[in-house]
Amino acid sequence: MKIFKLVFKNAFRHKLRSFLTILGIAIAVIAFGVLRTVVTAWYVGVEATAANRLVTRQAVSFIFPLPYTYRDKIQQVPGVSQVTFASWFQGVYIDKNQFFARFACDAETMFDVYPEFLLSKKELETFKREQNSCVVGEDIAKQYKLKVGDVMPIEGDIYPGRWEFVIRGIYKPRDKTTDATQMLFHWNYVNERIKKETPERAGDVGWYIVKIKDPSKSGLISKQIDDLFKNSNAETKTESERAFAQSFLASTSAIITAMNILSFVIIGIILLVLGNTMIMSARERTREYAVMKTIGFSGSHLIGLIMGESLVISIIGGALGLTLTFPLIQGLEKVIPKGFFPVFEIEPITIILASIAALSIGVLSSLSPIQRALKMKIVEGFRFVG
Amino acid sequence: MPPIIQVKNISKSYTRDSFAIPVLNDITLDIEEGEFFCLMGPSGSGKTTLLNLIAGIDKPTKGNIFIKDTDITLLNESSLAKWRASNIGFVFQFYNLIPVLTAYENIELPLMLTHLSKAEKKQHVEAALNVVGLTDRMFHYPKQLSGGQEQRVAIARAIVTDPLILVADEPTGDLDKNSAAEILILLDRLNKEFKKTILMVTHDPHAAEKASKIRHLDKGDLI
Repeated sequence: MKIFKLVFKNAFRHKLRSFLTILGIAIAVIAFGVLRTVVTAWYVGVEATAANRLVTRQAVSFIFPLPYTYRDKIQQVPGVSQVTFASWFQGVYIDKNQFFARFACDAETMFDVYPEFLLSKKELETFKREQNSCVVGEDIAKQYKLKVGDVMPIEGDIYPGRWEFVIRGIYKPRDKTTDATQMLFHWNYVNERIKKETPERAGDVGWYIVKIKDPSKSGLISKQIDDLFKNSNAETKTESERAFAQSFLASTSAIITAMNILSFVIIGIILLVLGNTMIMSARERTREYAVMKTIGFSGSHLIGLIMGESLVISIIGGALGLTLTFPLIQGLEKVIPKGFFPVFEIEPITIILASIAALSIGVLSSLSPIQRALKMKIVEGFRFVG
Repeated sequence: MPPIIQVKNISKSYTRDSFAIPVLNDITLDIEEGEFFCLMGPSGSGKTTLLNLIAGIDKPTKGNIFIKDTDITLLNESSLAKWRASNIGFVFQFYNLIPVLTAYENIELPLMLTHLSKAEKKQHVEAALNVVGLTDRMFHYPKQLSGGQEQRVAIARAIVTDPLILVADEPTGDLDKNSAAEILILLDRLNKEFKKTILMVTHDPHAAEKASKIRHLDKGDLI
């Protein structure tokens, strides 16, 4: 008989209690995995940013536009290699629940600045050529069963009226973190119509995306850009694309922090549950530990037995939880609209954290019973009445 | 030949609520190798305490205990654990078997501390089972055995490492008359046939009849 056999037999001495504890750990790991996945999905936009891209927006607020005329001035700043721009279009596709990002952009430069949006040469040329065309991400095409040549009608809200765009390309994401849920169409097309319908709004863009040659000079270039428009009607704020993406998350940081805390609170609770189970188990076995000590089992043997038992329970619970987390996340990915979380999958770090958490629970919850067993004198152990 | 157990001027007292309660008072005792020694006395006389001291599971307040040539009062906890594993076999009043282990596995338990091969362990366990006459019950769990059978498994566990001394604390105290008789016959056989030195504590005069020497303890004094 190996000591592991004894550990395993001890772990399942009270089958119902062990089963419920394992189930509790599994549920905690699932909850931890889901919460961490939501948090990482929230940050995926930040992860997808490039170091060689800056974003120039209106200094007062992102919601105020910038003049189209800034483009050439920004292009002249030393260190800038290319400038593109985009405007948040919003609108309604099918109904208000079908949320995904829709941008009016500069078709000529957009795909140069965003090389992670993979579009075939032919599709790109057609897109650039046709003013009423659009390009959609692969995920959106899959979700709505769209193909090249289909017309996407959008009911405008920020830009009122009915808009129709012909799909001329479906871009693929280059990286795992690349958002494949966007719809991009010509800013020129939108602007021409705005000129006729609400001329006072014409010529405005939402923000500029500035591709720079040397990311280490982003601070200097940002300053130079902003200095260009100092004391103008539309002062700018230029920052790295990462900082820009993070500023979006700032408004929801309390929720993210709460979810982060909650994920670790869950681990803490289950630590107490397993700790309680282990204390009860060790207490019930006080006489047995006394017998084992009498026979000659040393402190390290008892540590192995108690910690081993705790680890068996926590590892099985953790493994069960992780195994169930994958299909659950896949199920949630199908249910959650693509536009909310463009990338919603379990990150390796989540698996590592959950595994570490399960192992830590196993180790930590055994410490108190181990200490008790080690401190116990044999004769006191024999006198113990549980 | 010197006695296998030499207890020299042993005293033991416990502290309760800052009061020292004497349990054993200056005990000196020799037990010869191969002896079936019985300690008798009423409850609270200190006989289990003396047994625990000789078996190395408790420390005296004063005095020395030599087992063969080793003064076990000088050993630290770790050394004492190793010493017990190879020198002492224990039989308890309430058997103290591990309920999740079969009779075979319970007997094998002390062998986990040895470097014997699997085949050698099997040989030892089967030999011990054979001595106590329970080869047909080796895969039974304690709850599937009678009290007498459980105690026989406990005896098999105590002898499986072939210890120098067998200590038995009220081994028949929890058994009916017939089972108690069987256990006493078994202990007697271990003493006579296998030359085991046995130190038994009991308050049952019938159990003590098997012993080759009997000493009485009363209020911590050997009489």
